[in-house]
Amino acid sequence: MNTFVQTLVDGIGRGSTYALLALGISLIFGVMHLVNFAHAELITVGAYVAYFLSTRGLGWWALAPAIVVSAVLASMLTERVAFRWVRTASPFTMLLTSFALERLSHALWQVFVSPTKQSFDGPSWAFDTVSLGGIRFEVHDLVTIGTTAVVLALTAFVFRRTLFGLSVRAASEDFDAARLMGVRANRVIVGAFAFAGFLAGVAAVLTLMRSPSAEPTLGADPLIKAVVAAIIGGLGSFSGAVVGGLALGLAEVVLRGYLPEGVFERLTDAFVFVLIALLFIARPQGLFTVRSAERV
Amino acid sequence: MLRIEDVTARYGAVVAVHGVTLHVDAGELVALVGPNGAGKTTLLNTVAGLMAPARGHVYFDGRDVSGAEPARLVRAGLVLVPEHRRIFRDLSVAENLQLAGVTASARDRALRLDVAKEHFPVLARRWTTAAGFLSGGEAQQLAIARALMADPRLVLLDEPTLGLAPALVDVVFDLLADLRRRGYTLLVVEQNARRVLQLADRGYLLRTGRLAAEGPGPELAAHEDLFGTYLGDAAEAETADGA
Repeated sequence: MNTFVQTLVDGIGRGSTYALLALGISLIFGVMHLVNFAHAELITVGAYVAYFLSTRGLGWWALAPAIVVSAVLASMLTERVAFRWVRTASPFTMLLTSFALERLSHALWQVFVSPTKQSFDGPSWAFDTVSLGGIRFEVHDLVTIGTTAVVLALTAFVFRRTLFGLSVRAASEDFDAARLMGVRANRVIVGAFAFAGFLAGVAAVLTLMRSPSAEPTLGADPLIKAVVAAIIGGLGSFSGAVVGGLALGLAEVVLRGYLPEGVFERLTDAFVFVLIALLFIARPQGLFTVRSAERV
Repeated sequence: MLRIEDVTARYGAVVAVHGVTLHVDAGELVALVGPNGAGKTTLLNTVAGLMAPARGHVYFDGRDVSGAEPARLVRAGLVLVPEHRRIFRDLSVAENLQLAGVTASARDRALRLDVAKEHFPVLARRWTTAAGFLSGGEAQQLAIARALMADPRLVLLDEPTLGLAPALVDVVFDLLADLRRRGYTLLVVEQNARRVLQLADRGYLLRTGRLAAEGPGPELAAHEDLFGTYLGDAAEAETADGA
């Protein structure tokens, strides 16, 4: 029983990071119909910012907000210098632009910093354990789940209670109709990129808390998982992205925990993708149905 | 108030509107009628900023607003109630209206929401309902109420009775008459050509993207040749609607 609960918490912890990233991907897809393959590069940006600041002697409590701020700024920057120019182009052009950004990011870190992993000091308490109800949990899992819960509650508040949130939801449904209401297209899109950057920044903090190091391809694995999570949930659905992320994290951890050790354990990702393929045979639209939207 | 001068609009190589010139004065209800594919919706979309004119100019209150962003036009007092209403189906009635007040201060927005509740009791009763669950008539009232949230001076309405049952068509025409009484300036594209012309101060007939006739609304409405020659489709639509 204890192992099951620990596995569950570990899975939700892992899935929380996917959920935050998938939510950002869904948010951008909603307003631009762009699957942003450069989204997880924001984790890499945050990691290098943390690495550089740590070499100046800053501690974790200064690094964490710096990671989030850098991800927000980098996300807004990508909108301004790359995606704004192709906003009215075909989805394929936008997709290629995001691929180009991702590759460019890898190359820039390799050339100007280092192709190898750069480690820095993370929080010393992350791998401490605490006992709750007789079951021991690692602190980073509890912090991840707690932080994600707070961020998702904040996200729900923003998108349900603020004019910016209403604008994004309306623009996701029918962008031209939102413009006809007086919603400023640039403001909504930049705001969406900023918010997606915030979510990626929090995901970066939670990732780097466990594994405090920077490398050029740091975002590659989370990107694939986040895109898959967003698609599982129904691309463009906010709640679907969260459910998709959590489901993916749980599936990974549960399979890793219960598959026989050795070859099968190393094939966890393969098993997860087989499960996803089966899901799409049953529900090609993903778990949540999203009304089609007009692009900008 | 609105002056459209020699406007041409196109979709790629296809020209949908050819050099149209018309105007709408303050306080007027002007009808724009014509058969399907005449370019009426394209012209309204061009005026509202969803498309930039390929040639010609749009003036609002004497200022050239050709190709201006819709957000700028809404702030200047020009709003479009688009064809098929295009309400936000996943947002509640209240959220649709709040969003439509995006250009107003929080205080003004709250006041306008109260006014909307008063003028549209049907909507007040369904305040927290997702707009996707509204009937066609309720959705059209929401589309019009949403436009009024911006406190506009000129309202463009594109096919406000499209797809509505005859009884609901009457409701929408009553609403148009009410808006006119309240001093709004209206430019209405409508499939029920004769009925909207009878209500209008002036009317324009658009055919294959060109202006084919213009004059006082009731005169155009009584012009049998006009309906026989140019408005076959529209007349049929009226018959089908029982108008």
